[in-house]
Amino acid sequence: MKKLTALLLSLSLVMVSGAAVMAETEEETAAQEDVKSEGVMTHDEYMEAAVDDEVVIETYVQAKQSWWEDSETGAQQASIYTQDKDGGYFIYNLPCSEKEYEKLEVGTKIKVTGYKSEWSGEVEIVDATYEIEDGEYIAEPLDVTELLGKDELIDHQNEFVSFQGMTVEPIKDADGNEAAFLYNWDGSGEDGNDLYFNVSLNGETYNFTVESYLCDNTTDVYAAVKELQVGDVINLEGFLYWYEGVNPHITSITKAE
Amino acid sequence: MKRTRIFLLAAAALALTGCHGKQKSSDFAIPETFDAAKHYEITFWAKNDTNKTQTAIYEKAIADFEALYPNITVNMRLYTDYGKIYNDVITNISTNTTPNVCITYPDHIATYLTGGSSVVSLDDLLTDEKYGLGGSEVMFDAPGRDEIIPQFLEECSFEGSFYAVPFMRSTEACYINKTYVEKLGYTLPETLTWDFIWEVSEAATKKNADGTFAVNGQKVMIPFIYKSTDNMMIQMLKQKGAGYSDETGQILIFNDTTRELLKEIAAHAKSGAFSTFKISSYPANFLNAGQCIFAIDSTAGATWMGTDAPLIDISADSLVDFETAVMPIPQFDAEHPQMISQGPSVCVFQKSDPQEVLASWLFAQYLLTDEVQIAYSQTEGYVPVTSKAQNSAQYREYLSKAGEDNRLHYDVKIKAAQLLLANTDHTFVTPVFNGSASLRNAAGQMIEDVTKSVRRKKEINDAYIEKLYQDTAALYHLDQGAAGAEAGASVQKDLGPLPRTAVILLSALGAAWIWIAAYIIFKRISH
Repeated sequence: MKKLTALLLSLSLVMVSGAAVMAETEEETAAQEDVKSEGVMTHDEYMEAAVDDEVVIETYVQAKQSWWEDSETGAQQASIYTQDKDGGYFIYNLPCSEKEYEKLEVGTKIKVTGYKSEWSGEVEIVDATYEIEDGEYIAEPLDVTELLGKDELIDHQNEFVSFQGMTVEPIKDADGNEAAFLYNWDGSGEDGNDLYFNVSLNGETYNFTVESYLCDNTTDVYAAVKELQVGDVINLEGFLYWYEGVNPHITSITKAE
Repeated sequence: MKRTRIFLLAAAALALTGCHGKQKSSDFAIPETFDAAKHYEITFWAKNDTNKTQTAIYEKAIADFEALYPNITVNMRLYTDYGKIYNDVITNISTNTTPNVCITYPDHIATYLTGGSSVVSLDDLLTDEKYGLGGSEVMFDAPGRDEIIPQFLEECSFEGSFYAVPFMRSTEACYINKTYVEKLGYTLPETLTWDFIWEVSEAATKKNADGTFAVNGQKVMIPFIYKSTDNMMIQMLKQKGAGYSDETGQILIFNDTTRELLKEIAAHAKSGAFSTFKISSYPANFLNAGQCIFAIDSTAGATWMGTDAPLIDISADSLVDFETAVMPIPQFDAEHPQMISQGPSVCVFQKSDPQEVLASWLFAQYLLTDEVQIAYSQTEGYVPVTSKAQNSAQYREYLSKAGEDNRLHYDVKIKAAQLLLANTDHTFVTPVFNGSASLRNAAGQMIEDVTKSVRRKKEINDAYIEKLYQDTAALYHLDQGAAGAEAGASVQKDLGPLPRTAVILLSALGAAWIWIAAYIIFKRISH
C-alpha cells in the first residue's frame, strides 16, 4: 500500500512538474512571440488605427525621457520610449507618480490605454493610463543605416536603432559659424541644453540630436558629442524620434573601427 | 533647423503656503550711495526664444554694463521657456537662492510674492533722484519714467506697487495665406472677424474625390491653428465683454459666454477647420507647408512665418510659395478691436545686502537703454517698451526698411511689430493675483479639452461643459481659497428639484414634528 501511495505521489509530482515545464515553455513562447492579451492591439493594428482613435497596447519600456510635476495642478507625468517585438511606441505625458516612475525600469512590460496622436510627424500615445504586467523585453538596436533617406525608415519610428560608420560633418550656427556640434539647433544654448550635430553617409547629411531630458550633461553620450571633431567616423544608437522628418534622439556614440 | 517641442521637466512641487501677497516689499531701503569699491556678483536668469542673436544681445549688454560698472559681475543663466523659469524660481525661493534679476511675467510674480517679500517693490527705485530711471548717478543713458510706454509699465503694477519693469512687448497676430484665401473666393476684410475666419476655414475643408483638399491639393489641411489657446479664450471673452476674473481674484470664467464659445470652437474642430499647437504642432510649420490658412501666434514668432521666413523648421521641399498677410487677431466687434499685450518683464529679487539689490536694479535698468531695446526688438516682432527707443532715428529707419531683405528687415516681422505699434491703445492685460497664472492655463485647457474630445467623437453639450467646468476648477484649484470660493460658487452644479422620495420623506418628517408639537401643546393644555 505504501509503495502504491509512493508511486501515485511520484506520478503526481512528475505530472505537476511536466505541467509546470509546459506552462513555462508556453510562457517563454508567448514572450518570444509577444502574444497580446485579449483586447490588446498588435503593432500592425496600432499602426492602422487613425489619429484620435483609442488604442490599447502592450509594450516594454526601453528608455525614460522625463518625469515632471506641473506646479500649477500637481499633475505628475512621464514620457517614455517603449517597444514590443514588432515596433516602437512613444508614450507622451503619461500620468505617473515619481514612485511609479521608478518602477518603470528598462524592459518592464506595461499595458497602455490611450489615444493615438501625431505631433509634427511623431506618432505617439497621449492621455493614457497604464498598468505593469509580467514580462520583460529589452530591444537590441536595429541597424537602419541603409534606410537613411528612404521612405521605409518611418516604419521604424520610435524604435531603438543604430547607425554605423557615419561621418561627423560641420553644423552652422545662426551666424554661419561652423562647429562639430551646437547647443540648441542654432547655437543659442549652453551646457545642459540639447545638442545638435550633423553626420553624413554616402554624400547625404542628417541632423541628429542628444535630447537633454533623455541624456543630460552628466551622461557619456553628452560628453562624447562635446568631444566630436568634424571628420570623425562614428557608430550611434538611439531612438528614432520624428520632428518634421527623422530626428533621432541619440543615446550612445562610439568611434567606428 | 529643429524647434522641437518643449518637454516640461522638473519641477517644483513646492507648496507656497501662507498668503503674504499683500505685503509690500519694504525691507529694501535705497542706499544713499552705490558702493563702487565693493565687488558684487549678480545672477540674471534670461529667457530667449531659442535665438542665438538674442543670446548675443544679452551677452553684449552684460559686457557693456560690466565695463561701466567694473565692480559688478553679471552671471547669466539662459532659459527658453517661461514655465521653466517660473518653476525654478519657486524652488529657489524656499532655499533663498533666487536670482538677482529675472525675466518674468507679472502673473508669475504674484505667485513669487506668496512666498514672502521675495520680489523688490520698485516704487521708490523707479523715481529715485539718483538711481531711479534716468537718475543723476546712473552711468548710462537710461530712459526716464515718463519715457516708458504707460500701458506697458502699468502691466507690471499690482496690489498697489510696481514689481517689475517691462522688457519687451508683443501681441498676437494672424499670419494669413492670402493666396489661398483668394483662391477660395474671399477677400481679406479691413478688420479680421471671427465670422470671416470660421467661414473661410470651413470652406477650406472641402475635399476632392481623391481625398485631397481642394484648396491645396494635399492630404493635410488645418485651415485655422491657434498657438496659445489661453490667449484665444482670454481675448474672445474680453471682446465679448464677458467675465474672466476681476482684480480681487474672483474667478468669472465659468459662464454662459464661455460655454457658447467652447461649443462653437468644438464645432469647427469637429469639421477639421480648427486645431491647436498642443494637438497638432507649430502653426508656422503648417502655414509654410501650405497646410494652414490662418495661423495665430505671437508677433514674437514672426520670423518663422511665411515662404521667405528666415527661420524655417520644415524641409525645403515642403515649402509652398504664397503671399503672407499679417493682421490683428479676429474681432467680434470690428469697430472696437481688442488684443492682448504680452512679453517679458524684468523683476529684481530681494537680498540681504541693499547694495547688491541696487546693483541688480542698475542692471535691470540697463536693459531699458536704447541700445538693448532696439537690438532685442529687431530679433523678432517685438516692440521696444520705451518711447525713447521707439522714436529714435535708428528704430524708425529699421521700420522703414521693411522688406529690403529677408533677415533683419524681413517684412512679416516688421509688419508684426508695426501691428502692435499701431494698436497699443487697443491692448489689454488680465488682472494679476495669486492664482492668475493658473486661471490663464485653465482658460486654454478648456479649449484644448473640447477640441480633443470632439476629435475623439465625444459630444460637446451642456452636460459635457458643466463637467468640464467642475473638473477644470478642481484641477487648477480655482475652487479654493478666497478667489476660489467665488469660483466654486460659480461652478456649483444646479442639482435641480428634490427627488420625489426625498420630498415625501421630508414631508413625513415635517408632519411628525407637527404631530409631536401638537401633542405637547395638547398635554400642557389638558394639565
